[in-house]
Amino acid sequence: MTQIEQITGTGIPLTGNDIDTDRIIPARFLKCITFDGLGEQVFADDRAALEGRHPFDQPQYRGATILVVNRNFGCGSSREHAPQAIARWGIKAVLGESFAEIFFGNCVAIGIPCLTASAEVVGQVQAALDTDPTTVVTLDLATQTVTFGAGAGAVSMPEGGRQAFLAGTWDACGQLVANADAIRATAATLPYVAW
Amino acid sequence: MSKGTLFDKVWDLHTVGTLPSGQTQLFIGLHLVHEVTSPQAFAMVRERQLTVMYPQRTVATVDHIVPTESQARPFADPLAEAMMQALDQNCQDHGIRFYNIGSGSQGIVHVIAPEQGLTQPGMTIACGDSHTSTHGAFGAIAFGIGTSQVRDVLASQTLALGKLKVRRVEVNGDLLPGVYAKDVVLHIIRKLGVKGGVGYAYEFAGSAIEAMSMEERMTLCNMAIEGGARCGYVNPDQITYDYLNGRDFAPKGEAWDEAVSWWNTLRSDANAEYDDVAVFDAADIAPTVTWGITPGQGIAINETLPWPDSLPDEEQVLAQDAFAYMDFTPGQSLKGTAIDVCFIGSCTNGRISDLREAAKVVQGRTVAEGIKAFVVPGSERVKQQAEAEGLDQVFTAAGFEWREAGCSMCLAMNPDKLQGRQISASSSNRNFKGRQGSASGRTLLMSPAMVAAAALAGQVTDVRDYLPTH
Repeated sequence: MTQIEQITGTGIPLTGNDIDTDRIIPARFLKCITFDGLGEQVFADDRAALEGRHPFDQPQYRGATILVVNRNFGCGSSREHAPQAIARWGIKAVLGESFAEIFFGNCVAIGIPCLTASAEVVGQVQAALDTDPTTVVTLDLATQTVTFGAGAGAVSMPEGGRQAFLAGTWDACGQLVANADAIRATAATLPYVAW
Repeated sequence: MSKGTLFDKVWDLHTVGTLPSGQTQLFIGLHLVHEVTSPQAFAMVRERQLTVMYPQRTVATVDHIVPTESQARPFADPLAEAMMQALDQNCQDHGIRFYNIGSGSQGIVHVIAPEQGLTQPGMTIACGDSHTSTHGAFGAIAFGIGTSQVRDVLASQTLALGKLKVRRVEVNGDLLPGVYAKDVVLHIIRKLGVKGGVGYAYEFAGSAIEAMSMEERMTLCNMAIEGGARCGYVNPDQITYDYLNGRDFAPKGEAWDEAVSWWNTLRSDANAEYDDVAVFDAADIAPTVTWGITPGQGIAINETLPWPDSLPDEEQVLAQDAFAYMDFTPGQSLKGTAIDVCFIGSCTNGRISDLREAAKVVQGRTVAEGIKAFVVPGSERVKQQAEAEGLDQVFTAAGFEWREAGCSMCLAMNPDKLQGRQISASSSNRNFKGRQGSASGRTLLMSPAMVAAAALAGQVTDVRDYLPTH
């Protein structure tokens, strides 16, 4: 599996706190039995409301691979369709002040690192991308730093997720299944399994 | 780090091992599956040539997409029909118990598992739905997961997770008349914030919580996630055991006694250590209504809307956004706000006690002209029980529509949707922009009794004016 240590690319600033997964992908697009095509629907209602002024519609951010957000991004519904839509649009990593728990876990499971930084650093990166959309952003999971043009700052990620990316074990399924004997042993100790 | 809490004990008992990343491999005692977040997971299991490891610990139903008017198959919506067929086929292929429409036991996944006794203290429970936190009401550790994690649970009955911290959220004293579990949780979220619980499990405790029925505790734990806490729970007690005893999947006979003894050992120790404690006084809680675009933007019914510059800096931009979207003005009261649609139902407030409380308000009265008001029972069993008690008659006589079980307008993945700028009084759990099916639709969250009162008045009102005085 792919190790993910560093992500480099241009970025797309999306300001605002508490952006929920209903906004990232409205529920009507969840009527599907595959994740195909979700990339085009990302932020559908927010984009329609802003009539081309949403960062995801602005030409200067086309091709960006790093999404830069603020506080509690991805709150609400557990729908993996949200990170899937973001990933299928072309995003490879997200930098923000904080992330909702389930959204973060879903991103780990599909290989999209979500890194946090202080409000100050996030604000600087967003400002840099606003001023110059060609600014190259690098997120380094090993050194836990972000560089953007001439700027730099500290980033972090919960250690379990970070190690999973560095070791290339973020898709946990194979590892989990391989421990079948230990799983059965644990199940055998739980009284309710026998009821 | 927490120590001696129910969360710690259940976590340790379900730990299979530590993964190289440092994450815990956690056994999942009950996996609940529904039609929206599972088809891709089953596809991944097939692609990887895996099997479902514990089909007997997996239970499925349909709730999100089902129409609540006509449930005749095939559904009018071909995409919804395709999802129904996919789940039916996946359950057949893997030997998974499936409560389909008409089985008598279908309903919202977080309503049917408790009512059948599938949800039990001390279990770990996962489901591809954020409101899985509901099941914590029984002293289970229950949380929502995404589709790739649904795949992991199907294939291994385990998840790779980091351990949460534990915050004890105490509510002490007696709730005032007209104040319900919904008001308690809206109040807590308002005070602790929608991200206040990120990284935490919430242990709800204190005399006001201990006095709550199981269904009230479910309402409370259901919305832990709206406060950012991936799971919320209440320590199991006699109220829990009385609710469970005799239900379909509850242990019977000797196993029941053994179960109660085991469950009692799981309660948080008297000297348990918490990462944080928050304390509330029940007497401070009034009927609460949200006015904005997150569940944390709420006020007591007698308060007026905040001035953005009176809020903490980090909340001001969101408040401005909310005022613009909702078309409200700082300083105004919500009382008297005209309503278009009244929705009673959802995994938060679609249980029999919710319908009983709403019916008490509605009894002998009439829905205001021009209001669309409808009641959606949380499950086929809730519907049947309500009809046996004549509640459907109370609602329909007043002008409410009486529907079939499903998620309905909570998330509007079915024909129940707001239109345009309509504003709803809703007993559901999310007031996000566009949540109820219209990109410009507006949602006011409140208790089912408050929704009922709003339907009668045609506007937001104080339910206490509609309750019998003693």
